[in-house]
Amino acid sequence: MANYKYHMLVCGGTGCFASQSDQIKKNLAQIIEEKGLQNEVQVVITGCFGFCEQGPIVKMLPDNTFYVRVKPEDCRELVEEHIIKGRKVNRLLYTDPENKEHVADSKHMEFYKKQLRIALRNCGFIDPENINEYIARDGYAALASVLEINNPLATIDVIKKSGLRGRGGGGFPTGLKWEIAAKNHADQKYVVCNADEGDPGAFMDRSILEGDPHSVLEAMAINGFCIGANKGLIYIRAEYPLAIERLLIAIKQAEETGLLGKNIFGSDFSFDIELRYGAGAFVCGEETALIHSMEGERGEPTFKPPFPAQEGYLKMPTNVNNVETYANIPVIILKGWEWFSSIGTEKSKGTKVFALAGKINNVGLIEVPMGITLREVVYEIGGGIKDGKKFKAMQTGGPSGGCLTEKFLDTPIDYDNLIEAGSMMGSGGMIVMDEDDCMVAVSKFYLEFTVEESCGKCTPCRIGNKRLYELLEKITEGKGTMEDLDILKSLSKVIKDTSLCGLGQTSPNPVLSTIDNFWDEYLAHVMEKKCPAGQCKALKSYIIEPDLCIGCGACVRVCPVNAIKGEKKMPHEINQADCIKCGACIEKCKFNAILIK
Amino acid sequence: MSVKIEISQKTRTKIEEICKSFNNEPGELINVLHKTQDYLGYLPAEVQEVVAHELKISTAKVYGVVSFYSFFTMIPKGRFPVSICMGTACYVRGAERILDEFKHLLKLGVGETGADGLFSLASLRCVGACGLAPVVLVGEKVYGRLATDDVKSIVEEYKGGGCAV
Repeated sequence: MANYKYHMLVCGGTGCFASQSDQIKKNLAQIIEEKGLQNEVQVVITGCFGFCEQGPIVKMLPDNTFYVRVKPEDCRELVEEHIIKGRKVNRLLYTDPENKEHVADSKHMEFYKKQLRIALRNCGFIDPENINEYIARDGYAALASVLEINNPLATIDVIKKSGLRGRGGGGFPTGLKWEIAAKNHADQKYVVCNADEGDPGAFMDRSILEGDPHSVLEAMAINGFCIGANKGLIYIRAEYPLAIERLLIAIKQAEETGLLGKNIFGSDFSFDIELRYGAGAFVCGEETALIHSMEGERGEPTFKPPFPAQEGYLKMPTNVNNVETYANIPVIILKGWEWFSSIGTEKSKGTKVFALAGKINNVGLIEVPMGITLREVVYEIGGGIKDGKKFKAMQTGGPSGGCLTEKFLDTPIDYDNLIEAGSMMGSGGMIVMDEDDCMVAVSKFYLEFTVEESCGKCTPCRIGNKRLYELLEKITEGKGTMEDLDILKSLSKVIKDTSLCGLGQTSPNPVLSTIDNFWDEYLAHVMEKKCPAGQCKALKSYIIEPDLCIGCGACVRVCPVNAIKGEKKMPHEINQADCIKCGACIEKCKFNAILIK
Repeated sequence: MSVKIEISQKTRTKIEEICKSFNNEPGELINVLHKTQDYLGYLPAEVQEVVAHELKISTAKVYGVVSFYSFFTMIPKGRFPVSICMGTACYVRGAERILDEFKHLLKLGVGETGADGLFSLASLRCVGACGLAPVVLVGEKVYGRLATDDVKSIVEEYKGGGCAV
């Protein structure tokens, strides 16, 4: 990146891309050319900066100015003011919500202050479609050093000592996994990268693949060398077109540069990587199911042992790791296990990437050291709850996880503490909920997902989860009984105890965790037939308060079923029989005259 | 729901070519189906029969795989496929209300395509644009930070097929 005077980095993450960041890049490049600055200014699409709430983001180098919520029509001003006149465009700077001052440099923003970027080290800094930028940031140096030392067991030992654990959710020690695969002798072994991110509300792996694909390729090659495999496969969701495109470019560039393929760095080691496409099945995140899917079968899990390290893809020893786990490997080798294991808690080392979303001010992708507290994540990085509402729960671990309530706000986040608190790390989704969220409805939402995604192989998971869902549906419709609550608890336990794979063994967790933490809410639905959060449609009605209604008719026009009637300038009324409780009227009413009861 | 179709010789040849490009290898079934769906837009039963014949596996096995994975569909999508993100982030920001409004305005259920072939309605899990929640996709165009009354204008935008995605 040395020859240009300025670099304009445009975020190409999915969130920003959806807000026209590709058009922003085109406009900037066109204006720069128009001004004859193409030899001075480089415009690059990068991976995710993380601060999705403020997207699309454009970052200027070398002065680190961080422009937020940029629109295609702002590009001319950015070039003319920032580049040509050397003045910052204040209206596009981030405004600190506390003191209302403009903040130009991202390192002074609360959102970034407590973050530590290891897996995401290159996201937002390099052009993911240019291998030279990755190499310029020590890319492929770890692979070179591993090949030079030429001692696979010593490298595995470094990973073991670093304390790195699988980031896909299980938390199994990575070095140990490699060691088992290395010790199984076979003519052919495989390295598989699990990029089948299926947790609804999580986009960590996709962001790494889109922003820094080479880090994963490099780590897979290192993994291959360590266990004696010359073939790598990336199992990726077909729904991630941008990540697929960037991976294909990265593989091609690495092959052309001689960093993948035959005799890498002149050694005896050869390694190829191919993609295998998933087709939308959550259960394929489970290793044995993933392997069956790669073989062209239905993605149904099978009993372990044999573990994939013994008998995996095409019955050969296979090592499966997740994207984020791989992204950590090159840095651990370059900086040493001592450095890595100095970060985090006793049993959980390093950092974790989370997709922070829901009712929070700063939605985005964050990477924090293990051991950080929920309070720091919610109130410092996350900037607190949206619209000043009250924090109710943080859901982690997706459909396999649970809810963490206020009493856990000061618990350090690591694998073991989260399990003890009744949830789990999972792959890294963090969904914040506020006082308006009904926890019974939330657990119904997760069960609906599980019912859809259960592969159907084991009876407890296939039928049990469906029954759980029906019970929750009954409760949210105000038809639940106390007996139903007992069945909910006992059935959950049976499903957990008798399912074969991780999906069934964890699917009742959202139910159990909300029962534990929000028992009162369940009781209110069953005993009083009330939804305290006002979410459950069947248990609420919309009523117009005659004293507040001025009869403007805004609600009448927006009502999709014509359920609102009334004379102009007179208080209106909602016909309860017709009302579908969509909430459109309440959004439209400027006088807060519509109440939910 | 499924569609009964007659496949043309041209389509048959194309499917055979796709299978051949994967050496008629049964282990490549998923890749073959991806390519075939890319070409046709969907995988009706008659097409599955051709694939089964080429890869020398049973039609039941092909159907087993097609019906297992949500990415594969046996009915054609509309000209403007509407997908509502039902990831957790969108859900807690009101995606269900948005979905209900689309159902109501398009008179379609999830997974259905209208008789005129203009719209189809689907729900999907996390587009990764949680900063814009709730999110809806029409084709590849993304609509973010939606409220229920934005739905009407989105539907109007595409009705009559005037505006291409």
